[in-house]
Amino acid sequence: MTHDALHPAVELADPLLVHPVTIKKMTWETDDTFTLDINLGEVAQDYTFRPGQFNMLYVFGLGEAAISISSDAAEPGTIAHTIHRVGTVTTGLAQVKRGEMIGLRGPYGSSWPIDAARGKDVCIVAGGIGLAPLRPVVYALFRERKAYERIILLYGARSPMDLLFRVELEEWSKEHNVEVLVTVDRGDSSWKGHIGVVTTLFSYLKIDARATVAYVCGPETMMKYTIDELERRGLHEDQVYLSMERNMKCAVGFCGHCQYGPEFICKDGPVFKLPRIRPLLEKKEL
Amino acid sequence: MPSAALDLMHKESLMQAEDLTEVIRQHPFLADLSKVHMEVLVGCASNVHFAEGSYAIREGEIANKFYLIRTGLVALESVVNARRRIRIQTVGPGEVLGWSWLLRPYRWHFNGLAVAEVRAIALDGECLRNKCENDHDFGYEMLSRFSRVIERRLEATRMQLLDLYTTTPKVKK
Amino acid sequence: MHILVSTDLHVLFEALLSRGYTLIGPTVRGEAIVYDQISSVEDLPRGYGDEQSPARYSLRRRDDDLYFGFVVGPQSWKKYFFPPRLTLFTAAKTGKGFAVSSPGAESPPRKLAFFGVRPCELAAIDVQDRVFAAGEYVDPTYRKTRESTFLVAVNCTVTGGNCFCSSMGTGPEAAAGFDLVLTEVESPGRNYFTIAAGSARGESILAVLPCSEAGPPEQKAAHEALQQAASSQVKRMARENLPQILKDNFEHPRWDDVANRCLACTNCTMVCPTCFCSTVEDATDLAGTHASRSRRWDSCFTMDFTKVAGGNIRPSTRARYRQWLTHKLSNWVDQFGTSGCVGCGRCITWCPSGIDITAEVDAIRGTGPHA
Repeated sequence: MTHDALHPAVELADPLLVHPVTIKKMTWETDDTFTLDINLGEVAQDYTFRPGQFNMLYVFGLGEAAISISSDAAEPGTIAHTIHRVGTVTTGLAQVKRGEMIGLRGPYGSSWPIDAARGKDVCIVAGGIGLAPLRPVVYALFRERKAYERIILLYGARSPMDLLFRVELEEWSKEHNVEVLVTVDRGDSSWKGHIGVVTTLFSYLKIDARATVAYVCGPETMMKYTIDELERRGLHEDQVYLSMERNMKCAVGFCGHCQYGPEFICKDGPVFKLPRIRPLLEKKEL
Repeated sequence: MPSAALDLMHKESLMQAEDLTEVIRQHPFLADLSKVHMEVLVGCASNVHFAEGSYAIREGEIANKFYLIRTGLVALESVVNARRRIRIQTVGPGEVLGWSWLLRPYRWHFNGLAVAEVRAIALDGECLRNKCENDHDFGYEMLSRFSRVIERRLEATRMQLLDLYTTTPKVKK
Repeated sequence: MHILVSTDLHVLFEALLSRGYTLIGPTVRGEAIVYDQISSVEDLPRGYGDEQSPARYSLRRRDDDLYFGFVVGPQSWKKYFFPPRLTLFTAAKTGKGFAVSSPGAESPPRKLAFFGVRPCELAAIDVQDRVFAAGEYVDPTYRKTRESTFLVAVNCTVTGGNCFCSSMGTGPEAAAGFDLVLTEVESPGRNYFTIAAGSARGESILAVLPCSEAGPPEQKAAHEALQQAASSQVKRMARENLPQILKDNFEHPRWDDVANRCLACTNCTMVCPTCFCSTVEDATDLAGTHASRSRRWDSCFTMDFTKVAGGNIRPSTRARYRQWLTHKLSNWVDQFGTSGCVGCGRCITWCPSGIDITAEVDAIRGTGPHA
């Protein structure tokens, strides 16, 4: 390929340049997870995202972290990220104050194919922080409620203190033809709900296997057990979508870090239809 | 007691017996159980209910029953010491509580606390144990079903132990 | 096809220099032949040859004065299009926020001319074009430098001990991707190059050179020299169905075997002309008012490479070697449509343990002389 054959149509916009944006609000959801509401400012008019996509968030001088967008895709002027504080950059993000700036670039990655669920039941299975990239799906389903049938949300967290979006979970559970089941790995004396891993919640459901689409997000082991459970209930792998995670540095397929077999999680994923990555899930230390 | 009242009680208990059969037949734990075996079970069944906050079973006590949960939620509690109890798992509608009646020494390994009001079918374990001994087909049927329950419970417990949602923080809080 | 006698090679240099090109070419530095800025034909490693075998590289003096009697050294051309260190942006605090600027964006690209690009290296450049400049996202530094670089290819009439371009279909003769291509022919008293253009700008340079038309004997001589180079390669990659074979052998015992020999030193990824993994580093000045982000080469062999919040995905050397090989020879095809390997043999030469990927492939296939 000579220099003449290099990709002709792409502008020379620098995909690695960050845009300064302002923090509108910061809310602690649990003792180690917080949500940042971001004012996109100048970038707002060009910015749209789809549920499941992520941004790279930059803290001045510290670095970047890949964080899924957890807000409503129909309201892109202010976007939200729900972040688990676990390392240097996420700790830096937790310390940025309202009115201060961080850097942002995105959105990146594949999204939950909500259209695939039109006319069907939707089964959302979330583990831990996995509920964050799935929340935009719930918003999208409610925006066009008549386009979807039954909505089932199964959510598991470590303990009652680690549950995210409790108020919204309560509101959603009251909607017509919506079932929200929540469980924790460790209960306490005030918890009157289910205790056990999220897959145990399937015992309390009847699922119409032929007409259900499932979106699953959480730790990899949890997702594997969830797939087993969905298949036990008769779902075909074509009906199941997962969101995968790997170390990301560039988010555009240049740095090589996020490779999962032949897939770049940053651009071929993070959302995958199960058949595509099935052979990879079984491999250890891939 | 006036005969009208007795009649009413008799009618109610008859109704209860019929309802019970139907309820038992529809419980997921007994799906596809043969009619003959179903009758064996029904013979040892009764309707029970536990108020919220009461104990359905207690650790260490003799286990001579098991329960088909219809509504509500039972939390399995492990007693660590006099002051400390840990809630390990919950058992809910459509599930079965208790297999210790099947295996020596026939004692409960956990407390079972009704965290919400519980309606269940209680089955007489001692009676059923004898039936298993005398009718091995029935015994096999019971053991198969309980093995599946135990296996699923074990798998779920293993996953809980993995503590999947915890990531090691690199930075001290 | 034309002829340029070796004594006229300097005219080609002058033509490029006079058009404002900075010439980069092979030159001897210490014990190896590297790529660096050169200004005259005197800088070329004329009369030098190299001895290469697993974990071995040494220069020797040849008994002829061929300009290109050697093959590839520890460096590749990727260091120009994909620099080992690159500042991506700088940021400066302003009031409540900060402003970002990209220092490289506005500056004009260096006008480089690469002199002596081997066919395997042209193939490697094409491989990296597909990574950095042909997809949904384009690396602007890569693209800018790449477009403005003039490529003078040199076909290989000698072959190296670790070369296997012939079995990879990438050499020893270049088919396309160059502005000019030369083949050096030894002829008593009159060494010459056959020369041809591969682009419009190549044609314009060719037009000013003192060339003569290549007749059948010269064409034949060049052709035979290339044939000789191809047939004297001792190593070969068994390519048939290789991507699938590697996918199917994820737990092959050979991975344990190679893990015992691999030091995870990352040499192979540094010398490989197609490896493209990188990482980013963020820094601030002492006052904390200026920040910068730079990219530097990284390697999938490092312990840090696959760290995620829950731990490390590939903690063992076994898994990391397997990742490198499987990416290079299998996943790459799914990702970019070609193999990631061009048969240059550098990874074999520069591996301190002398691990030979052609032998590892044979062992996994369970066939071949190295099985």
